[in-house]
Amino acid sequence: MIEQFRERILDKKPLRLRGGGSKDFYGQERRGDILDTRGHAGILDYEPTELVITAKCGTPLAEIKSALAERRQMLAFEPPAFGDATIGGVVAAGLSGPRRAAVGAVRDFVLGVKILDGEGRLLTFGGQVMKNVAGYDVSRLMCGSLGTLGLITEVSLKVLPLPVAEATLRFDCPQGRALELMNGWAGKPLPVSATCWHDDALTVRLSGARAAVDAAASNLGGEKVGAAEAASFWDDLREQRHAFFSGDAALWRLSVPSVAPALDLPGATLIEWGGAQRWVRCVEGSCDARAAAASAGGHATQFRGGDRSVGIFQPLDPVLGRIHRDLKRAFDPHGVFNPGRLYPDV
Amino acid sequence: MNPRQHTAERDQDFSDIDAAMRQRLLAELANIVPASALLSTAEDLKPYECDGLSAYRRLPLAVVLAASETQVVAVLKTCHELGIPVVARGAGTGLSGGALPHENGVVLSLAKMKQILHLDPVARLAVVQPGVRNLAISEAAAPHGLYYAPDPSSQIACTIGGNVAENSGGVHCLKYGLTVHNVLRVRGVTMDGEVVEFGNHALDAPGYDLLALMIGSEGLLAVVTEVTVKLTPKPEVAQVIMASFDDVEKAGNAVAAIIAAGIIPAGLEMMDKPATAAVEPFVKAGYDLNAEAILLCESDGTVDEVAEEVAAMRAVLEGSGATDLRVSTSEAERLRFWAGRKAAFPAVGRVSPDYYCMDGTIPRKRLAEMLKAIAGMEKKYGLRCANVFHAGDGNLHPLIMYDSNVPGELERTEAFGAEILELSVALGGTITGEHGVGYEKINAMCVQFQPEELKAFHRVKVAFDPMGLLNPGKAVPTLHRCAEFGRMHVHGGELKFPELERF
Repeated sequence: MIEQFRERILDKKPLRLRGGGSKDFYGQERRGDILDTRGHAGILDYEPTELVITAKCGTPLAEIKSALAERRQMLAFEPPAFGDATIGGVVAAGLSGPRRAAVGAVRDFVLGVKILDGEGRLLTFGGQVMKNVAGYDVSRLMCGSLGTLGLITEVSLKVLPLPVAEATLRFDCPQGRALELMNGWAGKPLPVSATCWHDDALTVRLSGARAAVDAAASNLGGEKVGAAEAASFWDDLREQRHAFFSGDAALWRLSVPSVAPALDLPGATLIEWGGAQRWVRCVEGSCDARAAAASAGGHATQFRGGDRSVGIFQPLDPVLGRIHRDLKRAFDPHGVFNPGRLYPDV
Repeated sequence: MNPRQHTAERDQDFSDIDAAMRQRLLAELANIVPASALLSTAEDLKPYECDGLSAYRRLPLAVVLAASETQVVAVLKTCHELGIPVVARGAGTGLSGGALPHENGVVLSLAKMKQILHLDPVARLAVVQPGVRNLAISEAAAPHGLYYAPDPSSQIACTIGGNVAENSGGVHCLKYGLTVHNVLRVRGVTMDGEVVEFGNHALDAPGYDLLALMIGSEGLLAVVTEVTVKLTPKPEVAQVIMASFDDVEKAGNAVAAIIAAGIIPAGLEMMDKPATAAVEPFVKAGYDLNAEAILLCESDGTVDEVAEEVAAMRAVLEGSGATDLRVSTSEAERLRFWAGRKAAFPAVGRVSPDYYCMDGTIPRKRLAEMLKAIAGMEKKYGLRCANVFHAGDGNLHPLIMYDSNVPGELERTEAFGAEILELSVALGGTITGEHGVGYEKINAMCVQFQPEELKAFHRVKVAFDPMGLLNPGKAVPTLHRCAEFGRMHVHGGELKFPELERF
């Protein structure tokens, strides 16, 4: 497969890198001929006691999750599958799920990658060990680069044990109070692993040792949500099957400091990550999510739908923009990989 | 002066920087900082001739003690214009020679920039200047029940700017992560004097993850002027188990068994017999001197949580053949158990005139193999070696003992160290887990990476510093350097970099 990929790259024509197509909706332009990565699939190495899994890019996320679950382990950043995601796409898109605020994002768990660069060279960065500071951290640079720097052919990820115990609690409260509560909890040694506020209800998941979860659950109070209902609530939230995500209104993702007060934007709001990730359904022309995010010290992404001409991602300041262009050139001098998917000039 | 250009091919020659250029440089720097902050006499430069790795020493042209970002910008612009190398420096505690001066360059010390600018207990973050000491952050956060998690053993002295440069770890990183997992934002200045921010106070930033790229870049991409760190709630309690083993392999297997049981200890450290023998008379930590290896295994969290986890760890350790188990019964005892581990380096320094600390990381399962090989190398090189090991994450610190006054011992030590690093790579690991490549391991990089990968690193460098003035000759070797190194290290008859001419 690598040889076939290389031949495509050496044609020097724009390629649209694609695994399961689960994130076709995501990003700016989708230009070029599709290069399907799914033929390059399979788990190469998984050693539960080393806490590392290595897989080829086209391996379905579902396959990885079930291999890990068999050994009571998990991808702790809970990436969304949005259908048939592949592990290469998970890393390239850099999207993380409900547990992100508690344990970290995709980039916090990537230990190493192999990539084909824009000249068709197969390069290895990082490795399969937890601590590795040899050379620049190119593996993490790949996370969220939307395939614009190279074709990720293989990834090694740190995995974690599944929590022994979990409990989900629900509180009735308005947004301001929910933000206060979430930030307050995060400052205490509590086993909070996910939070979600929507429609005056704050849902909290606790994960960890049995004793810690039980103690926190009785401490925090709230209404206990049954295990089955809780599991499907968090799954639906991660996969954006929650009712909030249905409908055609543009879906904006605002990444802001968790303590930012309620944003003054028209449209329904759903909050995750202890306040740091806020989803808003904007009616076109009525809301300036980008300005609201910037004034709160963060950034906004037009995640799904809406008017794409306004740009999907928050524009960069000039110095960062120049560094982006130079890095793009460093890895993909002929502009082969996903041109324009992230920004028009990378 | 010829415009300088950084390339992957060969190190730049800065020997055209002559006395006249030095005079011009000093005159321009004197316009930026007060006389007391510009050092240029041999006597004043001497304290800056090396960092924590004292085997390598050089005097720079000058040392500038910057007091503000404005001064950093001005110094960088000046050096950029004159084509003069700059080496940024924090507390100088680094162990890989990353802050070793350039003989034709300026050392830019950030140690005077040591203000904690803002600490927000609700947002759980602190905005600090680069010269703030690692431990000072935790001390400032303590009244709020918070701390900064990465705790390199030099934390009492090392600065956050240096931690960012090296992506420093510590004894708790399996559970709490490295610097890269605990920093939200880095503000810095590129070589041409542009101020730039990587990351923000949210959990991610638009575009490429340049924050991750900056962290661990060893002062080659930009000079750090401000850092926002994440603060973590302090666990209610912590308890440590000290387990003895009559065989290092059993101890290694016990580590794997703990992980297999679904436990991520807050700390998981191993010391071999030579290490405990060096430490015990010095610290009186109560280590079992008959054991071939001891494990320190820590649990933290709520009282109930720790009780549950300690019971589970005990069961695993007993099942793995521990010959003795002791659980700390008080905070004082816990700290005493750790004191020995944290004092391992100075303790070895007491029993040997000099020691050389290695930093390879290997997959945990290869530990016994590595230790056996090191025992063989001790005989081969006629030098002793004590091993301390961040067992949880596979990061091994062999401490090779030598006497620099004995002719040939330093050279034998370097060869011993290089062989350990090459074996680390061969076992599927890396030449450096947390200390950085710096000057010390630059040749070992030629073993770990292929020429095309090194070229990619150099292209990354050029995106930030096209003239190659920030910390030249460190972290990433040029192809020419690898070719020269390859001439000395031919493995199994296979010559690396065969396409390059030899010198």
